Amino acid sequence: MKTLIKGGRVIDPANNFDKQADVLIEDGKIIAVTKNIKIIADKTIDATNLIVVPGLIDVHTHLREPGREEAETIATGTCAAAKGGFTTVLCMPNTKPALDNAPAVEFILLKAQKEGLVNVHPIGCITRGSAGEELAEIGVLKKAGVVAISDDGSPVSNSLVMRRALEYAKMFKLPVIAHCEDKNLAKNGVMNEGFISTLLGLRGIPPQAEEIMVSRDVMLAQLTGGHLHVAHISTAGSVDIVRQAKKKKINVTAETCPHYFSLTDEAVKGYSTSTKMNPPLRTAVDVAAIKAGLADGTIDCIASDHAPHTREEKSREFDLAPFGIIGLETMLSLSLMYLVDKKILSLKQLIAKFTANPAKIFALTDRGSLSKGKRADITIIDPSKVFVANSFISKSSNSPYLGKKLKGVAAYTIVGGKIVWSHKEGIIY
Amino acid sequence: MKKIIADKTEITKILKVLAAQIAKANKDLSSLAIVGIQTRGKYLAKQIVELLNATNKTKIPFGFIDTTLYRDDVATTSATRAIKETDLPFEVSDKKIILVDDVLFTGRTVRAALDGIMDFGRPKSIALAVLVDRGNRELPIAPDFVGMTIVTKSIDKVKLEVSELDGADRVILLKD
Amino acid sequence: MEKISGLKSKDLLGIEFLDKSEIELILNTAKPFKNLFTRSIKKVPALRGKTVVNLFYEPSTRTRTSFEIASKRLSADVVSIAVSSSSVVKGESLIDTGKTMEAMKADIIIIRHNLAGAPAILAKNLNASIINAGDGFHEHPSQGLLDAYTMRDKKNKIEGLNVLLVGDILHSRVAKSNIWALSKLGAKVRVAGPPTLIPKGIEKLGVKVFYNIDEALEGVDVVNILRIQLERQQENMFPSIHEYVELYQMNAQRLRMAKPDVLIMHPGPMNRGIEISSEVADSPNAVIREQVTNGIAVRMAILYLLGSKKQNGKTSVLEAAQ
Repeated sequence: MKTLIKGGRVIDPANNFDKQADVLIEDGKIIAVTKNIKIIADKTIDATNLIVVPGLIDVHTHLREPGREEAETIATGTCAAAKGGFTTVLCMPNTKPALDNAPAVEFILLKAQKEGLVNVHPIGCITRGSAGEELAEIGVLKKAGVVAISDDGSPVSNSLVMRRALEYAKMFKLPVIAHCEDKNLAKNGVMNEGFISTLLGLRGIPPQAEEIMVSRDVMLAQLTGGHLHVAHISTAGSVDIVRQAKKKKINVTAETCPHYFSLTDEAVKGYSTSTKMNPPLRTAVDVAAIKAGLADGTIDCIASDHAPHTREEKSREFDLAPFGIIGLETMLSLSLMYLVDKKILSLKQLIAKFTANPAKIFALTDRGSLSKGKRADITIIDPSKVFVANSFISKSSNSPYLGKKLKGVAAYTIVGGKIVWSHKEGIIY
Repeated sequence: MKKIIADKTEITKILKVLAAQIAKANKDLSSLAIVGIQTRGKYLAKQIVELLNATNKTKIPFGFIDTTLYRDDVATTSATRAIKETDLPFEVSDKKIILVDDVLFTGRTVRAALDGIMDFGRPKSIALAVLVDRGNRELPIAPDFVGMTIVTKSIDKVKLEVSELDGADRVILLKD
Repeated sequence: MEKISGLKSKDLLGIEFLDKSEIELILNTAKPFKNLFTRSIKKVPALRGKTVVNLFYEPSTRTRTSFEIASKRLSADVVSIAVSSSSVVKGESLIDTGKTMEAMKADIIIIRHNLAGAPAILAKNLNASIINAGDGFHEHPSQGLLDAYTMRDKKNKIEGLNVLLVGDILHSRVAKSNIWALSKLGAKVRVAGPPTLIPKGIEKLGVKVFYNIDEALEGVDVVNILRIQLERQQENMFPSIHEYVELYQMNAQRLRMAKPDVLIMHPGPMNRGIEISSEVADSPNAVIREQVTNGIAVRMAILYLLGSKKQNGKTSVLEAAQ
């Protein structure tokens, strides 16, 4: 089955490509990317005024299945991903049971194959049960199919255990994704510690709670030569630490999330629990530093940290509501609005954060670019389409952008050559 | 259309008449107390008590009551009203009270004043003296001493102005 | 009758959201209510037929009783509900509890909760007027207002007064409300306490920070002493009660460092011998009992101003009955 994507602006950062071109795919693979492909295709997609890019990759998602299917499932979460323009998601292991054993990992892969609309790759635990004490069977997990390990949700508080993890995972070339949080400093905190937390009477999490652990983990990466990937960077100090570490050629990569470059802790006024996540929303100074870190390459990826919670869980007093917001369906728009429109990143630089960079960091070698023979995972973006985020495909709607006007959508999401989402028709099974 | 229906001279004359009528109706002036209804009834009551005390060499006590907290429309109007002072510096239960108000209209203000006074004790009696009775009663309230009676429509406005607050002493009728 | 503009919001969630004229309105309205207390019938029918619910998620005798008495003196019907801490975590959600009250046609809900933002949740989801009787570390507006009333009553003004708040400012909703009220009315506010108990950014509210109480007391017209909670010692906020007393207790010797006519205030209940010595508590400078009396008048004013206006176009019982 031949599919031709005609007349779009093709941006492929991995190949340093940014011009008008057509893309031809067949049998789930990319055949050619050139101007004016003259061929009779079974299906033609008119991409005039649209932007054609390699399928976007989200390296940090919580799909909640198994264990919390009332908030999200692999089926609904991957539909949300498709709507957001994402053809691959990496899902975190803090499910119930946790992904610290082979059968759990195989369950994810099988369920995703059966019900997932986009590609799903599991991330395994660093320690058993993410308890931070004993290493999980990382080799077994790698064999079962994990592409990285993380105890996300929790830090690995014991420095010796983190050292061992970085050392041990080296042989499997697995990135160790660190949730950097000093749990004692952050104790009982529910938002950023600052003037706003004083105004609101809420206990704060100082930025140093994150920075101390980023600093520690970077030093352990230096000690061990392991690959550290810093999850959800949120503070100016953290960006600086990673910047210096990269200068020293330490094997560290980093990701941030759209809320850290689009909102500050001012958004928490009014106590909406859709502004409660961990790490919390920070100050304008931090937002500026995150943008600068994206611009100079310190931060490699933008990830959603999509964390669905049910309405009942979030309709609580601020202190009692769980941390986390959804993000798959708004990440692309927010990135275009706050980074490209505001001239922080060029379109090509932005797309790299979702394609070439994550593919390289997590060794997803068959995607992340439009080179011949790569998987036909393609996202076609309409950068000018305005919409109001009134409803979500995700089972949950805990988003601070609910009801907001956003710009930029995925006009088509194509996975393995098959259109799974079109803005006009919705989800296509 | 604005019409002055009583000027300062006329008001003073009316008050003298009212004071005389009150004295004539009450042989024993020592048990009287004069209570003005806030705001402008207070000024009339003060003048009446001064007239009574001057003419009869008495020391009739004077007080005033604010009816805001006793109004029957507290729950229904969207306006908030300033609460003014209430001061009844005498033992209410011993007294025959002469309640004084400027304009008697629906009777609701007087009803509220009666309730307010009752919260202080059980007076021997309460009689009502008004400068102007403009009719249009909505409650069975009748004055015992009336300065002047006029016929008005409900939409008309009748106001007393006093020099202490408004710069002049006169009664104004505002017809639509 | 003069009409005046009332309070702008249907709720009282914090003094942060009141402007100067609204604060003055509440204080001015409290005065005639205080005069009521000298009558033998300390009751007016102003809120007759209105239903007031005290929803207390945190135990409290003083504030609850104060609001109950205030409501009853306005002839409102009052119900007090003490919610146990277990039902917060395991039981009915706050919104559901609020909606149940609303279904019972509660006009005013007074809520005290150990978590900041709880009154805001009710205010957003219910049509009833919500009064914050203390939410976590956020605000305790009626206390801030009665403290301002007391100062104004005793000193005949607030503008230009030097007011010192001493103690655990970080965890004190009373301190926050005091700071808002006093700064909006033009007083000069100081706080004194150990650095661990001073919240971040408090200077941005126009407050001068002192760690040394003896320095802080110089030239002060009012000292408002806050309770110290013993749990804070376990959190390593200060090493021991003994040390706290040594460094911050308002005692007779320190009393002499302030102006001779300094007012001593305390939101209560007092820990005699800890943040305040018995000598100071019983000195002629102390107006702590008057604060309690003023509290009822101020709360009556708040209830009257919120309860006596039509809520969001919903008809009142009286209108419906006609």
